[in-house]
Amino acid sequence: MISRSDTPLLECRGLRKHYPGVKALDDVSFSVYAGSVHALVGENGAGKSTLTRCLCGLERPDGGSMLRDGAAYAPLSRSASEALGVRMVLQELNILDTLTVAENLFFDRLPVKCGLIDRATLRSMSVRALERVGLSGFDPDLLCSHLGVGQKQMVEIAAGLARECRVLVLDEPTASLTQSETVRLFEQIRQLRADGMGIVYISHRMEEILQIADYVSVMRDGHMIDTLEANGLQLDSIIHLMVGRELKGEMEDLRGAHDSRGRVALRVEGLRHPPMVHDVSFDLHYGEIVGLAGLVGAGRTESVRCLFGADRPTGGNIYLGESTVPIRIKSPRQAVSHGIALIPEDRKSQGLLLPLAICANITLAHMRSVVSGLPGWISPNRERHVATDYAQRLGVKCSGIEQAVGHLSGGNQQKTIIARWLLRDCNILIFDEPTRGIDMGARVEIYKLIRHLATVDGKAVLIVSSDMMELSMICDRIVVLSAGYSVAEFARGEWTSEKIMEAALLKHLGDKSSVVEGNTVNE
Amino acid sequence: MSKLSLPVSVGARGSVLKDYAGLLVALLLIVVVFAMIAPSFLSTATFVTVANQVPTAILIAIAMTFVLITGEIDLSVGSVLGLCGAVLGVSMTKLGLGLIPAAILSILTGAVCGLITGFIVVRWKLPSFIVTLGMLEAARGSAYLVTNSRTVYIGEPIVCVSNASVFGVSAVFIFALLLVFIAQIVLTRTVFGRRLIAVGTNEEAVRLSGIDPRPLKLAVFVISGALVGLASIVLCSRLGAADPNAGNGFELTAIAAAVIGGTSLSGGRGNLISSFFGVLIISVLSAGLAQANASEPTKRLITGIVIVLAVIVDQIRRSRKDR
Repeated sequence: MISRSDTPLLECRGLRKHYPGVKALDDVSFSVYAGSVHALVGENGAGKSTLTRCLCGLERPDGGSMLRDGAAYAPLSRSASEALGVRMVLQELNILDTLTVAENLFFDRLPVKCGLIDRATLRSMSVRALERVGLSGFDPDLLCSHLGVGQKQMVEIAAGLARECRVLVLDEPTASLTQSETVRLFEQIRQLRADGMGIVYISHRMEEILQIADYVSVMRDGHMIDTLEANGLQLDSIIHLMVGRELKGEMEDLRGAHDSRGRVALRVEGLRHPPMVHDVSFDLHYGEIVGLAGLVGAGRTESVRCLFGADRPTGGNIYLGESTVPIRIKSPRQAVSHGIALIPEDRKSQGLLLPLAICANITLAHMRSVVSGLPGWISPNRERHVATDYAQRLGVKCSGIEQAVGHLSGGNQQKTIIARWLLRDCNILIFDEPTRGIDMGARVEIYKLIRHLATVDGKAVLIVSSDMMELSMICDRIVVLSAGYSVAEFARGEWTSEKIMEAALLKHLGDKSSVVEGNTVNE
Repeated sequence: MSKLSLPVSVGARGSVLKDYAGLLVALLLIVVVFAMIAPSFLSTATFVTVANQVPTAILIAIAMTFVLITGEIDLSVGSVLGLCGAVLGVSMTKLGLGLIPAAILSILTGAVCGLITGFIVVRWKLPSFIVTLGMLEAARGSAYLVTNSRTVYIGEPIVCVSNASVFGVSAVFIFALLLVFIAQIVLTRTVFGRRLIAVGTNEEAVRLSGIDPRPLKLAVFVISGALVGLASIVLCSRLGAADPNAGNGFELTAIAAAVIGGTSLSGGRGNLISSFFGVLIISVLSAGLAQANASEPTKRLITGIVIVLAVIVDQIRRSRKDR
């Protein structure tokens, strides 16, 4: 508990919010003080979003009370909460691609002169707002469609900061920022804290929280479990509070037995797909897990998309097994026929058929297995049977095999896609950000599953991840990419976070200013 | 957790009646209202009128539903119908072909139109809205060229098609009904149908599952064209002539029927039996309005309102089910 004598900027007491069948918030009390960064952590579904949505007037609590500077506070809309100095930067990007940076920054209050937009004023307002997030020298008249994801996120944050407020809620602000952008954002947050603002900071990235937060509040299943001073706090104890059990032991048996590495599955030589991939080489064996590490823009996703035929490389060779004849992968169809499968980063838009049943999603890539009698004729019974079998093997939790896959949690959706590729009998599995948007408890399950696939089933697994902890936990080997080049390779035991970071920065060292995203704007 | 019941989901159980209850109620409601307004509405004559009109509309609605399920649209069905009819008429009269070869030629004409549309859509990744808008103009122009802008009278050799009857019911009507069921089975029980639904739901996910969506889309446009060719034979046989203006505005009726039946314009959701009910609702409505002596403007006004009402009701039912 926090022991402070001053009145909190914003306080909730015994907040309650029920949805049909779910207690999203149950007797939650929470206080934000002036001049502090208050981190809010918890698994997905723990109630963080509901709490912040109540704070910002997007949701009305069923019970309990809220106080703003000690006075009763019950905003009915987002604009009402903003009028009282509470502002939220949402996790989803609200940037309109067809408008300029400046127009996006001040969309709801464009300066007007004689009925027309006052461009000059807008420009100077924007330059000031951009400077606050360290984007000085950034052209506010640029169309937002030219920006990278990280830059859009910064513009979004700049828009939040450009308005007068006392309490700022940041929901996963660093999700798509590079290291250097994150550093800049943190400087900015510290400045705001010094100015006496109260900041609520939601993130899954524990290292960041330990860096920036003054207080950490942990939520679980709609309850406020505890609020702690961040100073001297250990990562383990936060995770312990979040999941309600020790994970350490479970994490340890993720390391594979050293002898599971089999023959070579895939060799990549000089893969090239400008502007993101210039020269990437590595090999992958059956029975092992190889991680691709690197900063945002290092060309990791682009490299694996080339391997899978989703994009066509302009150079380089890919060899299957011991063969010395390179294979040509022109389309995902050919990749799959070679036994290569990609579990994409954005499973909702690139992997799943959300409104369709789990079983249709599992059998999609291998309908042949459910055909009976006439060619092309689906046997519903066989389909249900095959899909149920695979869903059970992977531990997909669902109310039935005909449940729409869109209603599943992130972890179960991921398992559904893995089931699809196992049914198709793919032996080279490429995971792009395998645990993105999946909460802590379910993550461990996915890690175990991936480890099982490699060690027991002898699959070759390639993992792209931005989460260093994740990679060092499950990989047997890590290949580091830097600005489109494969620059280093470490076996288990050889790597440290520092060594990997150093390698990831290698191609940037000559030119410091380019340590931003690879897809920076061409001016 | 709520269980989503999709009309096209795999092995979605639950009574068939329940899926179509809403549409049946709407249809009955329209019948009851007209029976009260115009007592003559409930007569054999009305039934015959409707049964005569619907087969063409049903065939086109099947074509449209398939196209919409894959997330595309075909605005050219009406004018391709005109062109196919023109080819049929000219080949039976000027070229002196028999019914069967002429019919095959007409179906081929439709299929080729679909092939061209589909190829352009797939090859250059263009929106089908634009490509089929072009085809709409081009096919109509071709229909005028083929017929010299004049109606071609065919007479008895073609009329026999629509006169054929089985147990007193028009054979053409039964044939159209049969096609509805076959199409529904193809959609729900074959790999091809499943892939069409998948492409309409999320084309990129399908591509990244190692399935090339392009041949599927091409196939759908070809099937749509061929069905339109078939529809042109039915229409010509009812009129005994090939009118180059035939099928004007049919694309809108077909889209309306499909949408009333719950087909999603963004793809991935559709059902042939529901589209069939959609056709019936529109036809009965139009027959009823004619019986009630409604003027043409009134007819169109009311039809427009009913279409939008049907979609609103469908949307409300769907959002309740989802919860």
